[in-house]
Amino acid sequence: MAPEEICIILTGEFGDGVVDTVLDACRPYAVVRVDGWSDIARFLRDDGRMRFNMLQCVTALDLLEDNKLAAVYDLFSVPVVGVGPCATLRQHFAIRVEVDRDAPHIPSVSGIWPAAEWHEREAYDMMGIVFDDHPNLTRILCPDDWEGYPLRKDYEFPLEYHGIPATTEHQLNSPRH
Amino acid sequence: MSWIDNRFEEGLIVTSLDWAINWGRTSSIWPMTFGLACCAIEMMAVGASRFDIDRFGAGAFRATPRQSDLMIVAGTVTYKMASRLKRLYNQMPDPKYVIAMGACTVGGGPYFKHGYHVVKGVDLVVPVDFYVPGCPPRPEALLEGLMRLQDKILHQTRAKDPMSRVRAEVLAK
Repeated sequence: MAPEEICIILTGEFGDGVVDTVLDACRPYAVVRVDGWSDIARFLRDDGRMRFNMLQCVTALDLLEDNKLAAVYDLFSVPVVGVGPCATLRQHFAIRVEVDRDAPHIPSVSGIWPAAEWHEREAYDMMGIVFDDHPNLTRILCPDDWEGYPLRKDYEFPLEYHGIPATTEHQLNSPRH
Repeated sequence: MSWIDNRFEEGLIVTSLDWAINWGRTSSIWPMTFGLACCAIEMMAVGASRFDIDRFGAGAFRATPRQSDLMIVAGTVTYKMASRLKRLYNQMPDPKYVIAMGACTVGGGPYFKHGYHVVKGVDLVVPVDFYVPGCPPRPEALLEGLMRLQDKILHQTRAKDPMSRVRAEVLAK
């Protein structure tokens, strides 16, 4: 199914839940409202026309200028022998969810795609997006007592960690690009 | 410092004993099986047949710090790893030596400016005997570092430090 048709179906099913659709990107995506994201995710997985049974990755974005954080979910429908029409689907699509930087809460989809569990932990660790109802939302790469979210654009380096001095250049605590 | 160090008067029996012990220690530097990043690949190459660290008696990579004499810090040390690295160093028996292998362990390397998570030189965590620069260093460079370490061990002595008495007197005053 073409991405245009996916967008038409999504807009027809969820109306205001779909904020925007971008079709001229290298991988077309739809921007959805954060409060309807769980229902849309379930629809994308279970509907016979969609059957997005695989979450390929979760990307977190820091939109500092708009004071927003975003998560992009890349979906793919893997053919499963003998299960409905998805033997012929093999389609890609992406969903983007934008949230306010001050209260970045997104409902977790780890109950829908189990692959999301570690991806969401990493997005939480690096960007500080809080995924509600996640079974174990703890840091996955940084130490548990790490302060701040390192990949945010306004992140400031630690100057000292557990007694180890972190001498960055000229004692700056953020890189000067 | 081990049990035999700092025990004998200078010129008593130490001249030949020094030589014997240093020869033994020099010829059997057992490194720890401990690789952190891409430098570990070069360290494995040093252990393999083409470069063959066994020629120097240092090919017995031990799987535990309690049997090792040498810690080759091969790779990027993160803050998360630093506490583990320090614990491994503390578990090694004396005499123990550390070779900092590669740019990351020498001084942060490519992560010096933008790496929020990288220790800017492993000498901030454990004392380092020899630095081997490179990104990563060639196996020959690591062997060179090992040979310099052997030189250092060959010149060690079991005698009391002749300055230690002077220092003690100064401290007593």
